[in-house]
Amino acid sequence: MGLTARSSGLNLLRENFNIDYSKKNPIIALAGNPNTGKSTVFNGLTGLRQHTGNWPGKTVTQAQGNFRYQGQEFTLIDLPGTYSLLANSTEERIARDFICFARPDATIVVADATNLERNLNLVLQVTELTDNVILCLNLMDEAERKNIKIDVAGLKNDLQIPVVPTVARDGKGLKELKNTVYDIVNKNIVVHPYRVKYSPEIENAVEELVQELRTMLTGIEKYINLHWLSLRLLEGDKTIMRSIKDLFLKDDSFETKTEGVVQTDGVNYI
Amino acid sequence: MYLTNLPLGSKGRVVKLTAKGKKRRRLLDLGLIPGTVVEAIRRSPSGDPTAYIIRGTVLALRSEETNFIEVEELTQRRDILWA
Repeated sequence: MGLTARSSGLNLLRENFNIDYSKKNPIIALAGNPNTGKSTVFNGLTGLRQHTGNWPGKTVTQAQGNFRYQGQEFTLIDLPGTYSLLANSTEERIARDFICFARPDATIVVADATNLERNLNLVLQVTELTDNVILCLNLMDEAERKNIKIDVAGLKNDLQIPVVPTVARDGKGLKELKNTVYDIVNKNIVVHPYRVKYSPEIENAVEELVQELRTMLTGIEKYINLHWLSLRLLEGDKTIMRSIKDLFLKDDSFETKTEGVVQTDGVNYI
Repeated sequence: MYLTNLPLGSKGRVVKLTAKGKKRRRLLDLGLIPGTVVEAIRRSPSGDPTAYIIRGTVLALRSEETNFIEVEELTQRRDILWA
């Protein structure tokens, strides 16, 4: 696939993930840990207007569905349930590549309100990758039963993203969730999430890498969050370059060049 | 002591991960960072894997993972209660 069709570049990228863009619906991704009720949220939002298939080239189920709100139609993509976006498994790679390259107009992260500590790891990883993130605190009824009180306003303030408590099983909070999606997509609210700051050594190395990547990836750099990509390279993640190559380029010299970057700068951080 | 050797029913606190690269990343993603309290709850008949409570979730880990997790066993009653 070439990048000659600049104007439709993003749509072409999305096509790689089996997204039909002919309807021009905003694309909403649904991420979350396993067992957070993510599929219940998905079903609650889309009802019966959904269809399932596989992620291209993978034996991992992909569910897509549409929903309407305020006369506008949205396409919701259910990502595989993962604890992380850092590509240890096929599922994680799919979730990561989708958010990174198909660049959904908004991403909902479903979290288990009874076990926030475990779930917030993924939230921070998603906000590192994209701005338009909504935290859906699901299973609020179970949290209540366990006497867990969540300071929603405080959480919103710390993360700097919209937080919507829900009980998806009973359909509670879903309207609010749709409303938040609508507001983000139509830019009624602009989100600038809190970002983890790393040590000066890491931030400096990232800065250096970003410069280098900007020249190396000329033409496609606007499709990729270079800061995030640099962090992955510093971690020694090689799968990310493979994904970029598969999606953007057929030129082999690209990989050899980037391998060089990983080898010189890919130290054992973290 | 490594997590592999934490007796069933005991709690331990993670001191250090000795794994590197992807394996380390995986363990961190599961919530195993220094200071995390882990409880061994049951073991499969063959002795591996073992189920642990880690940050409110039961997870089964194999010795090929737990051999890279250094823990200190919590022995004081008050540590165990508060952990």
